[in-house]
Amino acid sequence: MRVSLSRLAHARSGDKGDGSNVGLIAYTDEGYALLRELMTPEVVKAHFSAICKGSVDRYEVPNLRALNFILHDSLGGGGTESVITDAQGKTHAQGLLLMEIDVPDDFELK
Amino acid sequence: MGRSVRIGNGQGFWGDSIDAPLRLFRGGPIDYVTMDYLAEVTMSIMQKQKLRNPERGYATDFVQFVDEVLPDLKKRGVRIIANAGGVNTEACRAAIMESAKRQNVSGLRVATVSGDDILDRLDQFRDSGVRLAHMETGEGLFDADRKILAANVYMPTDGMVRALDEGADIVITGRCTDPGLVLAPVLHEFKLDGWDGIALGTVAGHILECGAQSTGGNFTRWWEVPDMAGIGYPIAEVSDEGGLVITKHEGTGGMVTVETVAEQLLYEMGRPDHYITPDCIVDFTSIKIAQDGVDRVRVSSVKGSMPTETLKVSISYLAGYKATGQLVVSGPDALAKARLCAQVVWDRLAMSGCHFDDTHEECLGVGVVHEGIVPPAENAPEVVLRLGVKDVDRAKVDRFGKEIAPLVTSGPPGVTGFAGGRPKAQEIVAYWPALIDRKLVRSEVSVVEVGS
Repeated sequence: MRVSLSRLAHARSGDKGDGSNVGLIAYTDEGYALLRELMTPEVVKAHFSAICKGSVDRYEVPNLRALNFILHDSLGGGGTESVITDAQGKTHAQGLLLMEIDVPDDFELK
Repeated sequence: MGRSVRIGNGQGFWGDSIDAPLRLFRGGPIDYVTMDYLAEVTMSIMQKQKLRNPERGYATDFVQFVDEVLPDLKKRGVRIIANAGGVNTEACRAAIMESAKRQNVSGLRVATVSGDDILDRLDQFRDSGVRLAHMETGEGLFDADRKILAANVYMPTDGMVRALDEGADIVITGRCTDPGLVLAPVLHEFKLDGWDGIALGTVAGHILECGAQSTGGNFTRWWEVPDMAGIGYPIAEVSDEGGLVITKHEGTGGMVTVETVAEQLLYEMGRPDHYITPDCIVDFTSIKIAQDGVDRVRVSSVKGSMPTETLKVSISYLAGYKATGQLVVSGPDALAKARLCAQVVWDRLAMSGCHFDDTHEECLGVGVVHEGIVPPAENAPEVVLRLGVKDVDRAKVDRFGKEIAPLVTSGPPGVTGFAGGRPKAQEIVAYWPALIDRKLVRSEVSVVEVGS
């Protein structure tokens, strides 16, 4: 079935130079295993294609059941130089949680 | 049972709640109140204030806070650590000493920790071949002519620790790392051996540094957070056995759970196994977190290693001007009318000969911040049109500000919400992150007692 990523994970984002970081945390071990497989840098880059002008890096933080994404060049110049509304990437976590993904029908969801 | 101390953070950034540090101070047992006032842009603003008035250039909010708590400070044995000194730690201390004298508080020791401000040393660095190369582009700071506004080194905690060792009740620093404000009292209290102990204190500081972001603020499942208005600010309980628990005062709002803490652990994170500070390198993939009672999260198994030979310098320079202005566009076809408004502004500016280095338009309410993720709300009943420009020519940027209001009478119908006057050009303060050999800077500590 197709569900919102927010049923499997929570997230927080902030700025990192002229890019942002999004920490995506799975609620369960099964959820983390699925996210590791599905949430490749390419998938995240495609999701943010209108926002992220650079590449996407992914780091694994298994002890927190988390993936940390760096969205390069996603703040319109970054910090004080930018004139866009979200110059600090504060909304990028919520944006990522809007993604829809396919999970098995009996998958445990929040 | 080991000895433990409670270190709180009552100010996550410049502009955070002014009541939060007071509630942290008064709302329950606490040994240290730490406060962070310095965003990157703050240093350049403070340099300007100091230029206009040599008695300024620090966070005046902090002095107001100290003024309120001074009578109880010594009595309760609470110590305060804040980077409120900005670019003028001496003036900040003078204001606090003044307050102490006025309130007849004696025996109060106030320390300044400085050495971070290298603005006056830049010429000397240039002449001796220190390039201060941009961390991303590799370009040397002095390769082109730049109007530099501020230059501050993110200092290690040694100065703050020394100030506490010398009995300071209040420690006022310039630029330091945010986690350093919490690490300093941990090192003063426990003299933790080895990199893992320093890393533990650093992680405590990282979790606390954004105030209520670890106690339910900015949390994904916001509807579960009780009493957000009365949200408690975070407290790190650190014990001499190297234990660390994140909590908050009893009876305050918000919540401390594995999930609120995990979100904050990842906040503004780059490479998680290699979190570099002036004091150590932390491996965030080593950390274990577990619920340890209501509103208590235990953090353990933190691994650290030796820091690098360099320190980070934050340099700010003038990079032109910017302005943004907005209008509300309502009624049928609000989005189409908003887009017309934007086109009219750009066309009129072009007719007056104004072309900009960069322009930007947003129709807020239609799905701007999640562009490409949510389908645009074509039928939005109202739209906030937000326009922005950037240019090196201040006059042109000011000219843009005069072109917003006329739309109310000379554009499409249903346009309103123009308030607050014409947008004015603001300086663009750009950042130049660089590294500097740590041997070139030194923490300077001075402790003064009121009445002495």
